[in-house]
Amino acid sequence: MNGDAGNVASAIKPPLIQAARLNKTYPSRDGAPIVALKDVDFEIGAGEFVTVVGPSGCGKSTLLKVMAGILGGASGSLTLGGVPVTGPSRNVGVVFQAPVLLPWRTVLENVLLPVDVQRRGRPAHLARAQELLRMVGLEGFEGRYPAALSGGMQQRVGIVRALINDPDLLLMDEPFGALDAMTREQMNLDLLRIWNANAKTVMLVTHSIPEAVFLADRVIVMSPRPGRITDIVTVGLPRPRRLPVMATPEFGALTDRIRGHFGALGALDA
Amino acid sequence: MRPFELTLSVLLAIAFVGFWQWGVWFFAIAPIIIPSPWSVLLALRDGLLSGELPAHFWVTFGEVLMGFAAGAVFGLLWGIGVGLFPLLERVVYPYIVAFQTVPKVAIAPIIVIWFGYGMTSKVIITATIAFFPVLANTIVGLRAAPSDEVDLMIALTASRWQIFRMVRWPRALSYIFVGLDVAIVLAVIGAIVGEFVGAQAGLGYLILQRDFNLDMAGVFAILVILSALGIGLHTLVTKLRRRVVFWMEDSGDRTIGA
Repeated sequence: MNGDAGNVASAIKPPLIQAARLNKTYPSRDGAPIVALKDVDFEIGAGEFVTVVGPSGCGKSTLLKVMAGILGGASGSLTLGGVPVTGPSRNVGVVFQAPVLLPWRTVLENVLLPVDVQRRGRPAHLARAQELLRMVGLEGFEGRYPAALSGGMQQRVGIVRALINDPDLLLMDEPFGALDAMTREQMNLDLLRIWNANAKTVMLVTHSIPEAVFLADRVIVMSPRPGRITDIVTVGLPRPRRLPVMATPEFGALTDRIRGHFGALGALDA
Repeated sequence: MRPFELTLSVLLAIAFVGFWQWGVWFFAIAPIIIPSPWSVLLALRDGLLSGELPAHFWVTFGEVLMGFAAGAVFGLLWGIGVGLFPLLERVVYPYIVAFQTVPKVAIAPIIVIWFGYGMTSKVIITATIAFFPVLANTIVGLRAAPSDEVDLMIALTASRWQIFRMVRWPRALSYIFVGLDVAIVLAVIGAIVGEFVGAQAGLGYLILQRDFNLDMAGVFAILVILSALGIGLHTLVTKLRRRVVFWMEDSGDRTIGA
């Protein structure tokens, strides 16, 4: 199930994440449990950019929440840097579909929320916060409140907040799903730039196949009911990537391969 | 309100009072049935100058404020308790609801017997009335935090107390202010009802006295004062809400950071 080609990147760097036979079921109202994750196996190398793509209900958000330590009760083994994941870790940054900014905190205060929660002391993190905000083009917005920002700007603040602790792993749950197409492309480019500059390991969940291919070193393809991995596609496209790469035959071949999985399932609805 | 609407609104008030004055004169309505606006104004002036109205006003005002404060504080504390500890909700909350279904007006005479004709009984009656809206809104407000925000805090390894302080409490504030707004208006009613039942001073007591003397203009003058009191307190709570829950600005056009 775990494609051999998918292990090229992780063979070079030591795997940061190892998931083996990961299972997660939810109780449902009518009694029959819902299998959200079924025997999920994968490895992610340090510094790798992995995307997870699949239709609604394939368990990709569940997988991300389990990895973030927000959702417990999964069986199997999941390790981060060799240590089993038992709960939330300060070494993991999470970006949600909505920006989830607290409206009573300014942009800077929102970015410093993890610092406040973990009592790391604001002064020591002020310079980094400002530098990160500058990197995503939000210089001068530090004192604004979220309501004064556009959706794209808010999500940038959410990303900066996830990066403030300098985590090893960045988990992103459909972070650009609520944005319009043009903002979304810009955010993809910005994200690759941030990833390049920070050498983070990124796992990003999306339901956009082109987005998944454009961003990733490897694409984990998931299918629903039960949620399991059907393919892991290695994206060999050269970096740094620009938008025109989407028009190349190589790109088209990759998206076609992924789309093929969903077509076979009859799950291709979008 | 735009200037045009404000003008229209004021004109409506003037027209109403004008019609009232004219109607009382034209239909020769007895002053003990409906007093003319002019006679109400005179009664208001006389009452204020003689010091009778201010003296009773301060009694009622004190009862309203103390009863409101006591009711709000208890409502807030119980609301936080019930909101934070589900056990408390299951064990205690049914009794609180049962208590709420008893009309406070009906227990007012008992409270007057227990606590006497002074201010204490009025403060207690007012507090029991102001208590529930604050309680109910605090409970609802503490559960109003979006699950995303709670998930975020959990992912950041926040403690229960931090989630309460940094997310649940600020999210509850806008609800709590709705409760306070309802409570402050009810507090005025509570104080007046308490004074109706048995008192030695206060605007409610004065209403009964003037009613007994068929001084209808005098009663209306008190109504004007009570109305002004209610508007004033409501405005105060609204102003406070705008300042505390600044991010919930109704129009959303606040340019911040200046």
